[in-house]
Amino acid sequence: MSPGAPETLRVGMDLVSVEEVAASVDRFGDRYVTRLFTPHEIETCRTAEGPARGRGAYAVESLAARFAAKEAVVKVLRPVEMQPDWRSIEIHRMTGGWCEIRLSGQAAELAAEAGIGELAVSLSHESTVAGAVVVGRCTPRERGV
Amino acid sequence: MTVDETIRQVLTDHGRLAVAVDSISEDTDLFGAGMTSHASVNVMLALEDAFDFEFSEKMLKKSTFESIAAIRSGVLEMTGG
Repeated sequence: MSPGAPETLRVGMDLVSVEEVAASVDRFGDRYVTRLFTPHEIETCRTAEGPARGRGAYAVESLAARFAAKEAVVKVLRPVEMQPDWRSIEIHRMTGGWCEIRLSGQAAELAAEAGIGELAVSLSHESTVAGAVVVGRCTPRERGV
Repeated sequence: MTVDETIRQVLTDHGRLAVAVDSISEDTDLFGAGMTSHASVNVMLALEDAFDFEFSEKMLKKSTFESIAAIRSGVLEMTGG
């Protein structure tokens, strides 16, 4: 890819059933939550006065939206074999309420290989389904996109 | 239950396949058969419960869960079977 090649965009989107996430929280508890979500995400989604365990402990719609966003990021990264650790993709809630994507580890490596320098995310949910759209801006590099 | 029977039971309970687990072969692509990424997480956790181990980081890739044969290989590797 020549240095003058144009930037390109990649788009990923995903939908997740809120009930499926709630059932997973009920069935597997903190083990499910901690295998998928970062401490920041868990803190962001924990209910203030809910029970310590089970679906009531979390805003499961928010967990579902974050999982959808992670899957949308994976679609943008287009891994051939290596599936990045879900926790290497963090949906970081900013003070103003919007979210940004922060990559680390394997996800960051995949983004670097693809020349993806910027990601933007939009989350949405209603009572039964959550979704997310992610856009990645690719700057062509030696290995191309 | 045998290893394969346990795997098929886990897939029945958590795989959310679009087809009956009994109708698929050990080489059927589970993602092609309707298993979502989220369902594969549940399958992973349920396998850990059923066989009492935890998948290592290097095994947390899509190919580990792409078929019954692949899952069996991963389980046996983790349990030393």
